[in-house]
Amino acid sequence: MKGNDAIGEGAILAGCRHFFGYPITPQSEVTHYLAKRLPEVGGLFMQAESELASINLVFGAACAGARVMTASSGPGISLMQEELSFLAGSELPCVLVNIMRGGPGLGNIGPSQADYFQATKGGGHGDYHIIVLAPNSVQEILDIMKKAFDLSDMYRMPAMVLADGIMGQMMEPVVIDEEKSIEIPPRPWATIGRDYHEDRNEINSLFVILEEMEEVNLRLLHKYEEIRAKETLCEDYMLDDAEVALVAFGTVSRICRAVVDKAREQGIRAGLIRPITLWPFPYDVISRTAKSVQCFLVVEMNMGQMFEDIEIGAKGRAPVYHYGRLGGMVPLAKDILEELKRVSERGGTGR
Amino acid sequence: MRKITARPYSLRDVPFHYCPGCMHGIAHRLVAEVIDELGVSGRTIGISSVGCSVFAKHYFNVDMIQAAHGRAPSIATGVKRVLPDRVLFTYQGDGDLAAIGIGDFIHTAYRGEKITTIFVNNAVYGMTGGQMAPTTLIGQVTKTTPFGRSVEINGNPIRVCELIAPVEGVAYVERVSLHNPKEIIKAKKAIKKAFEMQLNGIGFSLVEALSACPTNLGLSPLEAVKWMEEKMIPFYPLGVYKSPAGVV
Repeated sequence: MKGNDAIGEGAILAGCRHFFGYPITPQSEVTHYLAKRLPEVGGLFMQAESELASINLVFGAACAGARVMTASSGPGISLMQEELSFLAGSELPCVLVNIMRGGPGLGNIGPSQADYFQATKGGGHGDYHIIVLAPNSVQEILDIMKKAFDLSDMYRMPAMVLADGIMGQMMEPVVIDEEKSIEIPPRPWATIGRDYHEDRNEINSLFVILEEMEEVNLRLLHKYEEIRAKETLCEDYMLDDAEVALVAFGTVSRICRAVVDKAREQGIRAGLIRPITLWPFPYDVISRTAKSVQCFLVVEMNMGQMFEDIEIGAKGRAPVYHYGRLGGMVPLAKDILEELKRVSERGGTGR
Repeated sequence: MRKITARPYSLRDVPFHYCPGCMHGIAHRLVAEVIDELGVSGRTIGISSVGCSVFAKHYFNVDMIQAAHGRAPSIATGVKRVLPDRVLFTYQGDGDLAAIGIGDFIHTAYRGEKITTIFVNNAVYGMTGGQMAPTTLIGQVTKTTPFGRSVEINGNPIRVCELIAPVEGVAYVERVSLHNPKEIIKAKKAIKKAFEMQLNGIGFSLVEALSACPTNLGLSPLEAVKWMEEKMIPFYPLGVYKSPAGVV
């Protein structure tokens, strides 16, 4: 199965029956897949006039209690930022997929990880977070869609699956477990008409009384703290005795895994940390690792965005280096290996 | 003793924040009375917009959603597509519908969404303190048109009913006014027809209600009513612009 199709099928397996979206390369195949597939399972696929409308249609469907999603790529996701803030403020669940492309501006359709900041540090206005998940295989895309819907429901907030054109185009065998029953949690807060629940429901993100707004902010903060404590996901590879820790997510983490093997063949004790949740970020793993490694090498398809989170996690205990390819270019294993050799020498003497 | 008037069930017993002479209160009451009369209060979901009427979310005794600026028709569509048997209305001012939200509005109309839009046009931005609206009249002084709105700088006012009436998918369009009891009675009939179009599954329906904002016009409530009669209504003629019989 192709990555973009796995996004669609994963959503359907997760019980999602409503999709609102707008075409943009390299995400369009998600819409092609769901346009055919959703009606087959009694769902609704609707193409909107813009990403702005898409995310507001998603907002409405979420208010009505549906498991609902949209998918786009950088420029389209930028247009959705206002509503992400409203979704966070109104505490509505929904899933977004960003198949990242080269930027800034119109950029290009090459694979990129340039939207890390936008996804993990906000993008919209106000004080909020969204859950961000970064799969690195087609099987994981399929499974992580359900995870995204479940987390989004559990914490009543948007969840984003962050991938790139390579993940979208990649074809890999997958195991589909159709036996799993879908349990969609009840939504007593949904605006479905006063007759259908107790009292009257209001979905709102306006709090003109400052104390009330602060109370809402504090409720969000406690929710975010709970998510940080319970939902942080991270994978490591050959990390136990590693001298140099590579850190990478998504597509790049696959390349880095091969780099670890090659480095080990050449006698360099390299390991890999792969954050799966980019928010909440696995700072603890970085912090722990900083005590045992000589240095970190963060590899990304951007100028150094996750790099800043590694610096926060390392707390100055180990030097953090960055190797990135930009503009839609993908880092090659041999170039990463060369950089790894360089920093392992530098990192050793630098302390 | 016989009770001859009471607060409609679909309006909550809470203080309204609207200024003296503002006609949002009248519009709210008419919508609530219609919802009561149609017996759909328990399955109605309203979308309030950004501007003075944002607090509609708090005043209607039905499930309510507060939308981002201009997006109420898209949000209403999202709800309606999940729950087609519910009754959806958006309550939007001139800035929300005709400026920042005109794209959502036009596409929702073209799709023929079975929702009802109550569009309150008072030719000025209220909440933000009296700036130019897309419906501000030529020559009208506002905070951002201190020398009067000019066609050269600001372009022409948007006549929403005339714009949307020819659109396929649009079932009912009427412009009413809230400036005197006679017109208020007509306005209620129009709102009822608009909701009936939705209930009968015919298509998108719009009622534009002309109203006054004495605070931002710098007029007394009575002078504002006179201003509506002399300036506003001649530019925004009242009447039915579209019904299932066709474009009027």
